[in-house]
Amino acid sequence: MTTLLMITILVLVSIAVWQITKIFQVAQFNSKVDDSQVANEKDNDWNGKLMFAFLVFIYLITIYSFWEWGDVLLPEAASEHGVDYDRLMWISMALIFFVQIVTQALLHYFSYKYRGRKGLKALFYADNDRLEFIWTIIPVIVLAGLILYGLYAWSNIMNFEEDENALVVELYAQQFNWKARYAGADNVLGDANVRFLQDYDGLNLVGIDSSDPNGLDDVVVQELHLPVGRKVIFKMRSQDVLHSAYMPHFRAQMNCVPGMITEFAFTPTITTEEMRQNPDMVAKVQKINKIRYDNSQELIANGEEALDPYQFDYLLLCNKICGASHYNMQMKIIVEEEKDFNSWMAQQTTFAEVIQ
Amino acid sequence: MGADAHHHKETFITKYIFSQDHKMISKQYLITGLIMGIVGIAMSLLFRLQLAWPEQPFGIFESTLGKWAPDGVMDPNVYLALVTIHGTIMVFFVLTAGLSGTFSNLLIPLQIGARDMASGFLNMVSYWLFFLSSVVMLASLFVEAGPAAAGWTIYPPLSALPQAQPGSGLGMTLWLVSMAIFIASSLLGSLNYIVTVINLRTKGMSMTRLPLTIWAFFVTAIIGVVSFPVLLSAALLLIMDRSFGTSFFLSDIFIQGEVLHYQGGSPVLFEHLFWFLGHPEVYIVLLPALGITSEVLATNARKPIFGYRAMVASILAIAFLSTIVWGHHMFISGMNPFLGSVFTFTTLLIAIPSAVKAFNYITTLWKGNLQLNPAMLFSIGLVSTFITGGLTGIILGDSTLDINVHDTYFVVAHFHLVMGISALYGLFAGVYHWFPKMFGRMLNKRLGYIHFWITAVCAYGVFFPMHFIGMAGLPRRYYTNTAFPYFDDLADINVVITIFALIAGAAQIVFLYNFIQSMFYGKPTVQNPWKSNTLEWTAPIKHFHGNWEGDIPEVHRWAYDYSKPGHKEDYVPQHIPLKKGEKELQH
Repeated sequence: MTTLLMITILVLVSIAVWQITKIFQVAQFNSKVDDSQVANEKDNDWNGKLMFAFLVFIYLITIYSFWEWGDVLLPEAASEHGVDYDRLMWISMALIFFVQIVTQALLHYFSYKYRGRKGLKALFYADNDRLEFIWTIIPVIVLAGLILYGLYAWSNIMNFEEDENALVVELYAQQFNWKARYAGADNVLGDANVRFLQDYDGLNLVGIDSSDPNGLDDVVVQELHLPVGRKVIFKMRSQDVLHSAYMPHFRAQMNCVPGMITEFAFTPTITTEEMRQNPDMVAKVQKINKIRYDNSQELIANGEEALDPYQFDYLLLCNKICGASHYNMQMKIIVEEEKDFNSWMAQQTTFAEVIQ
Repeated sequence: MGADAHHHKETFITKYIFSQDHKMISKQYLITGLIMGIVGIAMSLLFRLQLAWPEQPFGIFESTLGKWAPDGVMDPNVYLALVTIHGTIMVFFVLTAGLSGTFSNLLIPLQIGARDMASGFLNMVSYWLFFLSSVVMLASLFVEAGPAAAGWTIYPPLSALPQAQPGSGLGMTLWLVSMAIFIASSLLGSLNYIVTVINLRTKGMSMTRLPLTIWAFFVTAIIGVVSFPVLLSAALLLIMDRSFGTSFFLSDIFIQGEVLHYQGGSPVLFEHLFWFLGHPEVYIVLLPALGITSEVLATNARKPIFGYRAMVASILAIAFLSTIVWGHHMFISGMNPFLGSVFTFTTLLIAIPSAVKAFNYITTLWKGNLQLNPAMLFSIGLVSTFITGGLTGIILGDSTLDINVHDTYFVVAHFHLVMGISALYGLFAGVYHWFPKMFGRMLNKRLGYIHFWITAVCAYGVFFPMHFIGMAGLPRRYYTNTAFPYFDDLADINVVITIFALIAGAAQIVFLYNFIQSMFYGKPTVQNPWKSNTLEWTAPIKHFHGNWEGDIPEVHRWAYDYSKPGHKEDYVPQHIPLKKGEKELQH
């Protein structure tokens, strides 16, 4: 398949080059001073028509992209604020599409309609304050609406009160993996610093200060479990370079910065199990497994191992360039019912148990 | 100052190498910029191959990357290096120096009616510093551990710690040195442009009669002078952190089994300093392209540019706003969310002058008599990509919406369309339009048409689908997305994008061929091939230092008297006096 595509491209390129050389032979025989390289009526005509065709092309590529790839856009939001986020996104998108369709139509239609003809004179039309006013004030009004809505949503998302009920979780980033630290029974994270990382023969995975009693019941894990319907306040840390904790299904992202603690909060609303049953997700997973099956056939034919079938899981990805394995810095997120979460948590070892 | 003052004897060296003639310096900028552009675009094609067919062996990798592509498979570190150097080269070396350097130098003296820049010597120094910084940047490709690979934004600590990645060793040092020299070059150039525009305008060339190209170059130079020094300070502080153990940007770091001594610095500080230049930089790249478009659209539409005053006002508004929006690159950097609100507000305001510009361009075309020369096509193309790319800025500039698309391919699609492709189209429009002025010969129009149409289709083919993989949640700067089965259904899109990119790359060969061929064998040009109003077309075709043989022409009208009623021709150059009873437009 790859080779075929490459060959096609090569062939196309050689045809292009051959055509160009031919044009050159035609274009070269006369080289006295003239204006033959300035567009004439014929050039205006066919380029004007192509401008119109280009408008059709822009519309077609838009329609085709939505038709073919529309299913990859924004998967269903799995957090409380995610629903608001999506609403704002689709309002903005609708607006953008409206403006895009109209302005591109005007631009390319005018380019086609007013393509130059001999003997024609353009309209001398240099100014119109009224028009300028109209197309200043309309964006002002529309943007004012968007700004207000955006800022309202932003402050709802970012100004989370430290409510008692919220689960506090630390996301800890390092080249090239993630760890999560739960605050334990007291729901208070113990102090931590990179200076403590070498204590206890490297068992102190995220550098908890063992002299801080709040830290003793902390739990460090490599797989993020979240109870559904309960607010989670994330505290992000990094031990080496910048990372970014990106959880696309929850419309959540925050950078992890060495030397400081950053925060983000959301309330998961759909468990992993429920998401796996979601019809859109089922279709997506089927599509992916079909692709993986096809790729596996090729791999098996080459004597390599087949790919595992895929099952949906929420993801935490690194979204800030952090080095060679940036592309593979991930952690699985499992959203589950509170009781499942509690029984999972009961099986984990606390920091005090680890360092004993 | 008379023309005689410049009639000194020119040797080969003073004429072609250490020239102080703005026209020669402009050509030097253009050719250096094009060479850097070839390198930058070639790099993007290499990493596009990797993205479409991840971890597949390619012969071309083995031959170009050597030991960095064992058995022809690209190494992840090299992927990051290619992305980094592609970004750096395209943003700074091609679209800043190559675009501004070329056309500010060529057009400022010629369009305002000056014999040269205010300081020919500084102008020469500016070019040679640019040349030197290009050489250092290219040299960094050949160091043992590879060139800088921390992304073109070189955020520390990744860029500060050699332990973090191989590219953060000597490669990063050379990157910083190269950029420091580049900034010096850019500052000398910008100061020269500002002084020249303010002081050396010919008689009658009031600020309100300036062509919009000059307004754009002038304001661009001011933005450059305001913001580039801040990047220089960021670079110097980073050099201190890297080499002298200071802690401006670093704190609490544990890497490779070792706690480092850095205390109290903050990477967020670097982000502020970087984007204080980084965002205005977008407009440093874009405004000259818009200026060129204004000129090319009006000339080829045979119509006055619509809303001259509004165009000047929007350039000024964009310039002002551009310096107070940098924080929209940092909504999720950990800075105070309240700052995020402020930056959302200022950022979305920029949409207003941008919209005014787009509407004015469209109205300029209305009822015109469009001469669809290649330069005109690229200018129309610019307006198209400027709109498509600009609109998604409404999403990215909104702090809320940015949360989920930040640093994904959605951003890549947005800025490539709005500043990458648009500015590149501006560069091409400028080259097609002013090639006769630069080289005394015409570019072949048919090759120009082929170049435009293939590029235009491919630009949308490459960047439109990228919005989709971005909205699907795929982060940028991933060596491959095979580590996430969840993204397997995006593999097709990546193949489509790469095929379009390869064809677009091939189309640029057509341009290069046309450029080189026409430089030596192109049709000799007539005095004013596009029947344009501006002063540069009154200067003799054959270059000499001093621009005009006799007196500098006086200016009697603005630059946009196209198709003015009462005149036989459909253009009235700026040096033609008003007829008896003819009124100049109030503008």
